[in-house]
Amino acid sequence: MSLPAVPARFKTGDRVQVRRAFPPGHVRTPWYIRGLAGTIQRLCGTYPNPEELAYARSGAPAQPLYRVRFLQREVWPDYSGSPLDTVDIEIYQHWLDPAQEADHERAA
Amino acid sequence: MSELHDHPHEHPHEHPHPTLPDHQEHLSYWQAMEVAVRELLIEKGIVTADEVRRQVEDMDGRNAGMGAKMVARAWLDPAYKQRMFDDGNAAAEEVGLDHGAYKLVVVENTPSVHNVIVCTLCSCYPRWLLGLPPDWYKSRNYRSRVVREPRAVLREFGLDLPDSVTVRVHDSTADMRYLVLPLRPAGTEGWSEAQLAALATRDSMIGVAVADSPQG
Repeated sequence: MSLPAVPARFKTGDRVQVRRAFPPGHVRTPWYIRGLAGTIQRLCGTYPNPEELAYARSGAPAQPLYRVRFLQREVWPDYSGSPLDTVDIEIYQHWLDPAQEADHERAA
Repeated sequence: MSELHDHPHEHPHEHPHPTLPDHQEHLSYWQAMEVAVRELLIEKGIVTADEVRRQVEDMDGRNAGMGAKMVARAWLDPAYKQRMFDDGNAAAEEVGLDHGAYKLVVVENTPSVHNVIVCTLCSCYPRWLLGLPPDWYKSRNYRSRVVREPRAVLREFGLDLPDSVTVRVHDSTADMRYLVLPLRPAGTEGWSEAQLAALATRDSMIGVAVADSPQG
């Protein structure tokens, strides 16, 4: 694809935090995961930004798309299954920040 | 008392028979839009009604047999299985399947990990491998609950997993499409690819069930 792309910022194993934001429009980041921290499982490639595509624009610049893994017990405080259970979600890079170390230690 | 109509019909009815209407009373906005666009395209000679019909027939004709073919080959051929994890689209092409615009991610069930697929935002689904999604896959109930309490939902499907098995939910939110590689059932040593494919059911490739066992 000839669409200009944003370079990938994260690699497998990096801890990231999903932006806690609620913009209007066609957003592919589920509400339930906004603001939470997870681990990059893999980079899936770069794809046209769906928030732009939805308004018939080109989707430029293309965004790196990651599969991010979250622990269910961190997503749902009352989760009753195994503490190892996870949910993997595809998230575009512009929705991700490096995880805050302070949060990290608090969680540990 | 039976709801069936087994009483004789000579008396005039006062009570109305429940009927199932042939058509919905009102088209939704998008249904009306679909009809309008389709009719315009045909009127202007861009597509023919027969081409539209053929496309619908193709879509309806897709079924889980496509995905099952990949699963059976992966059960037989470890090198193919590895290629399937490395590049799902290329692995689909190897068995003669066109993957369309999406990228296929295959996730593997093991004795200690069980995977299940959902699209919480809409109903993303690998149609070219599994056919049209079942109604429950598109229901709000499944979409909201399987991500929140997957073990309870799987139990409702008849799959009771011990806590020693990790459950991984995959929320198909963007450009990937997912296929679960179920565990190969025991007792299938020496089976052919076609025999094995018959055990890889649609639901086992979505992850709400395990593959059929040879006893059926």
